[in-house]
Amino acid sequence: MNSQARIPAVELSSRDLKHNAHNALGDAQLRGNMRKAMDSLMAKRLASMPDEYEREHLREMGNHVRARALSRLPELLERLEANLTRNGVKVHWAETTEEANRIVLEIAERHQAKQVIKGKSMVSEEMEMNHFLERHGIEALESDMGEYIIQLDHEKPTHIIMPAIHKNARQVADLFHDRLGEPYTEDVDALIQTGRRVLRKKFLEADIGVSGVNFAVAETGTLLLVENEGNGRMSTTVPPVHIAVTGIEKVVENLRDVVPLLSLLTRSALGQGITTYVNMISGPRKADELDGPQEVHLVLLDNGRSQAFADGELRQTLNCIRCGACMNHCPVYTRIGGQAYGTVYPGPIGKIISPHLMGLENTPDHPSASSLCGACGEVCPVKIPIPSLLRRLREENVKAPDDPHKVMRGQGSKYSPRERLLWKGWRLLNRSPWLYRVFGFFATRLRGLTPSNLGPWTQNHSAPKPAARSLHELAREHLEGK
Amino acid sequence: MSAKANILAKLRKSLEGTAPVADDYDVDLVTRPWSYPAAERISRLRQLMEAVHTETHLTTAADWPALLEKLLADKQLPSLLIAPSTAHGAQLAAHFAGREGLPRLKAYDRPVEEWKAELFDDTPASLTGTLGAIAATGSLILWPTREEPRLMSLVPPVHFALLKASEVYDNFHEVQQKQRWAAGMPTNALLVSGPSKTADIEQVLAYGAHGPKDLVVLILEDA
Repeated sequence: MNSQARIPAVELSSRDLKHNAHNALGDAQLRGNMRKAMDSLMAKRLASMPDEYEREHLREMGNHVRARALSRLPELLERLEANLTRNGVKVHWAETTEEANRIVLEIAERHQAKQVIKGKSMVSEEMEMNHFLERHGIEALESDMGEYIIQLDHEKPTHIIMPAIHKNARQVADLFHDRLGEPYTEDVDALIQTGRRVLRKKFLEADIGVSGVNFAVAETGTLLLVENEGNGRMSTTVPPVHIAVTGIEKVVENLRDVVPLLSLLTRSALGQGITTYVNMISGPRKADELDGPQEVHLVLLDNGRSQAFADGELRQTLNCIRCGACMNHCPVYTRIGGQAYGTVYPGPIGKIISPHLMGLENTPDHPSASSLCGACGEVCPVKIPIPSLLRRLREENVKAPDDPHKVMRGQGSKYSPRERLLWKGWRLLNRSPWLYRVFGFFATRLRGLTPSNLGPWTQNHSAPKPAARSLHELAREHLEGK
Repeated sequence: MSAKANILAKLRKSLEGTAPVADDYDVDLVTRPWSYPAAERISRLRQLMEAVHTETHLTTAADWPALLEKLLADKQLPSLLIAPSTAHGAQLAAHFAGREGLPRLKAYDRPVEEWKAELFDDTPASLTGTLGAIAATGSLILWPTREEPRLMSLVPPVHFALLKASEVYDNFHEVQQKQRWAAGMPTNALLVSGPSKTADIEQVLAYGAHGPKDLVVLILEDA
């Protein structure tokens, strides 16, 4: 399948992961682009963390800092709000993405805004904010170069750090030539300068800038934003209004807590000791200042996070600092790309976050789309036990619908009465010695009747066939022969 | 109930019967591997900054205006945005005063709304001070002020930054503690570690994505 024939990612559904993955595996260009990119990112991460002692102890510290923040989350959120409010920032709370979009729209309407320029923000992707604003007559333009490229191509990000990593220079050259009428060039510098020219004009004109938040510091009421391009600085400084959107889990207790997390984030993500820009925003423009937004808003979004928080084990999902290292090291993600997941967060972390945001009924195959090789857990900078959380979600996925222990929305989406009956039978067989012996006797004698088609298993494996005699029988014969 | 009350109620209910995790922050881990002998700080900073396309120059508190004049000529920059009310802005203005054929010095002296288009389209370079730098990561520390607003270091394609050699710290943790950041942050604080860049297309590094294409750091050794 060539890139021109690809189904636009906006049409890919999270419920069709298997089908999407099958199509993605047939896209040789995509697989080549992804392989090259992921190999490079893995090498860069390791080169930036050569000291094993420092790396492993810092990961432990990152885990403790996040766990400490989550263990007092309500208190820290209130402290964050109080300090931001004292600094002049307006704080809003939203339980759902619909509420969050309404809040953004109300602010936009109050300012009669027509153009919004957006720095990279995964939470705004969760909200599908661009489409929402466009439906209300407000243009919402992505300003991160990768996000801008895929927005032009009506796609969704394929990676949380490098949204257009699945495209090569030729594909971007085609896109800029077709959509922007630019002369065809595959020179990356020239392509970036085209993006710079177009977007600079938009920064100048925009009524509102939107950004995400990497860490929100409760102690000082500071929103921390890391980036390389400067589009985050532009979006949060040039327009008269800045709206930051973030999940409720992004709060940390103290400013010093940012030090290990920042080091872990940038090195795990891109192998960089630090990003070009670390923005620390603590308020709107003061009366005597000459630039900066006159209003700063923060929208705190729940959207399923309090559900993950409710379970002590699943709560670890919220440790995530969005570095993308788990996807860079995932053999499944590397082969199918991010868009096949049909979710905002792809890869290993997406497979444990998305079920909370969207319900297991909309992500039924995500917990299973893993070889459980453990690479994601080994590289996670804050030590989220992703493989064990995947196994846990698989359990929730097959629970009976009437199971009284309700943990998450859509649990039991893969419940099968037939499968449950088979497992019950298997348990009974293994707990009753005489039944096991009778079963073994017939299974070995009637081995010729074993079906050769066992559904998905026999698509890639030969069908299992019992031996002519069980191990117990052979052992008994052997011992009696002595 | 409001969204805030609902969210907080759910979170509190989930924490019932649990105790907050103790604070076992290990200062050594974020400082010891990132500490350097005084003599090495500047060389490490330069090495890291130059690795990401930053130009650095060693100079002195007396000589930097002449060096900047030469750099402006080499780069053929017709004008420079400065903050005349700062000590360094005044020093440069005095150096340029009464001399012909030099780049025009202009001041960021009114709200950005009054000259946004000129700032974006007709301001090729700027000069700002810094609050110091971090050797561990090769980062400049900027706390924009009324005199040197935020966009001075962002919009012009070339950014000249003055750094006193005596204000280069080992690591981010040390800076926070010595400058007592937690006691009060400005509206906008920044770490800047090179010119604007992106690797979003095929991971090929390209500079000047949105902010300055060139960052030039003048390090004043006797300051």
